[in-house]
Amino acid sequence: MSEMKSYEVGLSSDALREPQRIVFITRKMSAKVKGDVGPQLMSFPHVILREAIAFQLLTIVLVVLSLFWDAPLEQLANPLLTPNPAKAPWYFLGLQELLHYFPPVLAGVLIPTLVILALVVIPYFDVNIEGEPLWAHRSRPRLQIYSGVFAVLFVFLALYDAWTVLVPTALVGALGLIPYFHPTSNSRLQKFLGSRPLPWWVMTWFIAVALTLTAVGTFFRGPGWSWVWPWR
Amino acid sequence: MATTAWTHERLEQLRQTRVWRSIFRRGPARTNRTRSLAVFGNLALHVMPVKVREKSLSVRATYYLGSISFFLFVVLTITGILLMFYYHPAVPDAYRDMKDLIYVVSNGVFLRNLHRLAAQAMVVAVFWHMFHVFYRGGYKPPHEFNWVIGVGLLLVTLFLSYTGYLLPWDQLAFWAITVGTNIISYVPVLGRPIRFLLLGGHIIGQNALLRFYVLHCVVLPLGAVVLIAMHFWRIQKDGGLTVRDDHE
Repeated sequence: MSEMKSYEVGLSSDALREPQRIVFITRKMSAKVKGDVGPQLMSFPHVILREAIAFQLLTIVLVVLSLFWDAPLEQLANPLLTPNPAKAPWYFLGLQELLHYFPPVLAGVLIPTLVILALVVIPYFDVNIEGEPLWAHRSRPRLQIYSGVFAVLFVFLALYDAWTVLVPTALVGALGLIPYFHPTSNSRLQKFLGSRPLPWWVMTWFIAVALTLTAVGTFFRGPGWSWVWPWR
Repeated sequence: MATTAWTHERLEQLRQTRVWRSIFRRGPARTNRTRSLAVFGNLALHVMPVKVREKSLSVRATYYLGSISFFLFVVLTITGILLMFYYHPAVPDAYRDMKDLIYVVSNGVFLRNLHRLAAQAMVVAVFWHMFHVFYRGGYKPPHEFNWVIGVGLLLVTLFLSYTGYLLPWDQLAFWAITVGTNIISYVPVLGRPIRFLLLGGHIIGQNALLRFYVLHCVVLPLGAVVLIAMHFWRIQKDGGLTVRDDHE
């Protein structure tokens, strides 16, 4: 029996100096394993055929709708006759609703810029790439941060009387707390909510606010941007 | 049955002709090899992968939202070109052209309806596509950069829709653009110069209409085509669509 060789353990990233090394793979740094890709199909004809059918269905729906719905056309543009309220296209009405509450630099410039920047950097945030549920670990301190963020948001929104932002924010915030207080529930919805990671909650909050603002701006705003009921 | 056989025979003869073979340079796509060649050897199709995962073809994986966005862009391009034949980017001819489309041009109403409807649908489809991709984790490595291209496409879509909004030159168009461009002037320092550049003046008039027309019909569609090509091509280069394991 030969004697055991003695080894020294140290950190090194220079392969030329230390040709023999041991690699420790921790959970967070594990090598990317290409899993089973599953059965594959040839794009031609399988994809082409499905796309063609999708295109045909879409065209049929568009044509039928175009036969029964008419594109709006109002009077000739008149710079001297301001309609009340003057509304932007529907996809900018959320922004216009924000302009109603906040100073123009904040609502018209800062918020849209930040939203676009946030969208661009989404994939470059490596936090929580595994999709760990929001309350899975360290739930106590997380709850404190969570409540802190929402408290600041509420105060900020209430200061500007931005109720149409505050209501969806509060709803999503309350929804996020359900899995914290009922971590072991058997209902399918609660199980679903309990398994959602932080990015899911942030995006859901954003969509809830955007949808509310757009709907309010489109249907519930009348002369002088006052609240109106669309059915009256 | 006899007619089918006859058609097949004629088709086969057509495929044997010198002209057909000069165009397609391959036999019928019956083997995996010729099916690969059908994708490789076609300028439009070669951005696609030759093979796709069966799972990524299920409707629930994508709802075909990306494809639908692209199809709407195609519909908008075709109807847009037809509309351009009847349109003058001038004040007040632009509005008269709208009236002509409604009362004079054959199927003019239908053409305009289709363009307007597809435009609204494209904004919805692109937003929905983005949110769906987010919830499925499609932005995760190695798809990061394709997500960024997608955000660019969202902005191009919004600007396309917005610039098109002014072209009918009616009250709706004029005041919607007024509201929008007033927001630009709130940008610190650069706001007013940018607004001036966009409108070609301080007010929304003839110059603004012409600039929006050129942006809507030339600049933005060209940008969209380039970005769409990159977007599709990157799907293939990044290893196909994201397929979730917990699904199904």
